[in-house]
Amino acid sequence: MTNLFILQLLNGAQLGVLLFLIAAGLTLVFGIMDVINLAHGVLYMIGAYLIATFAALTGSFWAGLLLMLPAALVVGLVIERLVIRPLYARSHLDQVLATFGLVMIVNEGVKILWGVSPLSVPMPEMLNGSIPLIGPLQYPVYRLAIIAAGLAVALGLYVVVNHTRIGMLLRAGATNRDMVSALGVNIQRLFSLVFALGAVLACFAGAIVAPILSVDTGMGESVLILTFVVVVIGGIGSIRGAFLGALLVAIVDTLGKTFGPIVLRFIMEPAAAGQTGRMLAPMLVYILMAVILSLRPQGLFGQKTT
Amino acid sequence: MSMTATDTPRRMPARIWLALAIFAAFAALPLFALATGDPFLLLIGTRILAYAIAAMALDLILGYGAMVSFGHAAYLGFGAYAVAILNSYGVTDLVLHILVAAAVSAIFALITGAISLRTRGVYFIMITLAFGQMAYFFFVSLSAYGGDDGTPLQSRSTLFGTDALENDLVMFYVALALLVALFAVATRIVGSRFGRVLIGTRENPVRMEAIGLAPFRYQLTAFVISGCMTSVAGVMLANQAEFVSPSFMNWHRSGELIVMVVLGGVGNLTGAIGGAVVALLLEDWLAVLTQHWKLLFGVFLILMVLYSPHGITGALERLTLRLKRGRK
Repeated sequence: MTNLFILQLLNGAQLGVLLFLIAAGLTLVFGIMDVINLAHGVLYMIGAYLIATFAALTGSFWAGLLLMLPAALVVGLVIERLVIRPLYARSHLDQVLATFGLVMIVNEGVKILWGVSPLSVPMPEMLNGSIPLIGPLQYPVYRLAIIAAGLAVALGLYVVVNHTRIGMLLRAGATNRDMVSALGVNIQRLFSLVFALGAVLACFAGAIVAPILSVDTGMGESVLILTFVVVVIGGIGSIRGAFLGALLVAIVDTLGKTFGPIVLRFIMEPAAAGQTGRMLAPMLVYILMAVILSLRPQGLFGQKTT
Repeated sequence: MSMTATDTPRRMPARIWLALAIFAAFAALPLFALATGDPFLLLIGTRILAYAIAAMALDLILGYGAMVSFGHAAYLGFGAYAVAILNSYGVTDLVLHILVAAAVSAIFALITGAISLRTRGVYFIMITLAFGQMAYFFFVSLSAYGGDDGTPLQSRSTLFGTDALENDLVMFYVALALLVALFAVATRIVGSRFGRVLIGTRENPVRMEAIGLAPFRYQLTAFVISGCMTSVAGVMLANQAEFVSPSFMNWHRSGELIVMVVLGGVGNLTGAIGGAVVALLLEDWLAVLTQHWKLLFGVFLILMVLYSPHGITGALERLTLRLKRGRK
């Protein structure tokens, strides 16, 4: 039981850092640009497809990852220029519609370019296999590497946001956009930078998860909604909130799926407990969100509700 | 967030005439189907009517209350599953299906609406989306009714003890009657004191509070009414498809409902109905053209948002304005 718990906790942490990588960009785009971007999940998918292509071309995961990053940057800048930039001054409703259109375009475009059958990305040789944790417990090295990479990026973001000039502008932008602009900062360049950074982070998440998932067109969808939950729980514009929210959501989701039926078995018969547990587990995250929002409508670290 | 399509009661008649023209065209559709001998036309018509009901219900809160609900497909699902689940227990009456669907939707809308309405703007959009997905995942894991794959209906709902609904023509006219009746109800709501307060909360909630009206109660009531109306559309969709699955409540479906409302023009009910007709016909037409129709639809959406933000009714308004100026 304890072993299972540790195992699921690690799985939760792995999902958590992935969600954080995606949510960090999303929360910045919301907080600084006040743009709701439904197409953020699609970027995660693009990252996975890009590395699948580059890894196949070069024959190496690492070379693929290295090529994927500038490609992701270009994708982010192009999307920002073509679709997002005309939307800054528009209502949230217009932003929802246009980015919804973007989701349809990219999903269909990916089907045209790469076909409908799922792709797979080979596991990098040096991270293959499992290592023993406690006693008989084994855990795949690659999943530990994902956790480490996610935490490293989180640390990097923390340093950039809190200890550099760019980060100061980002924080200022999230608090009061107009004021930053009035102080002579080129807000347009800041916006492009934020969006491209978010795109690279989401693509990076998609790329590092590609070897343990099958790369297909639906992968952006499920992650997008969970990311929204993370951003709402953490508070829009807060990277710290996104980090805690991501870990909270991922661990509640992972543990709920495993332990929900087990806990329910104490109060009802096993068959019914399994059935109810399976039905309640996917809803747990949303219930968590509802509870947090009824206590704090602006999220855990949110500044304002508008 | 302010909506531009403002609406004074004096301007309603023109839109009501337009709606009546659309209803008349629908009423004549069976004749057209007879002439062309296309049996699927009635089924397509019923589907469009059902979506028109849902889009109109969404417009009631989106257009008049500035509440951008991104989870309205959940209510389609409640309507559809009410038919499937009650049918499996031998309760087949259409009126009962609608009542149960509306009751379940009212409870869900009351709870999720009360939480969502504590927030504004982007938060509201994302929270309604999340609650919509919650309902979606509930039905995905409902293995007794097929889970992800859904379940076929053994038969359509019965109408006052008869199986008249098995006839596509009767089902089409029932759907049309429901649309007309709900349009009348929605028009009355919008024109009533309640509707005026709702429009007031859209324009400026702070001022509404200043004159002694709590926006929350009005917004929540409208949210519940809209959810109930949308579930009626779900009941008709299940009967039309004779099949129920969680795909009815996927978030893409919620997005499509918003597309319909905005395409037609927000805040005048008629626009949402027209938007549903145009969006579904466009989808069908593009799907005949190419299997990658979603790509074209996405491009169409972005271009529409960037270049014609007020939808079809907005474009019509501009056109009539230009004609009037031309005459002078």
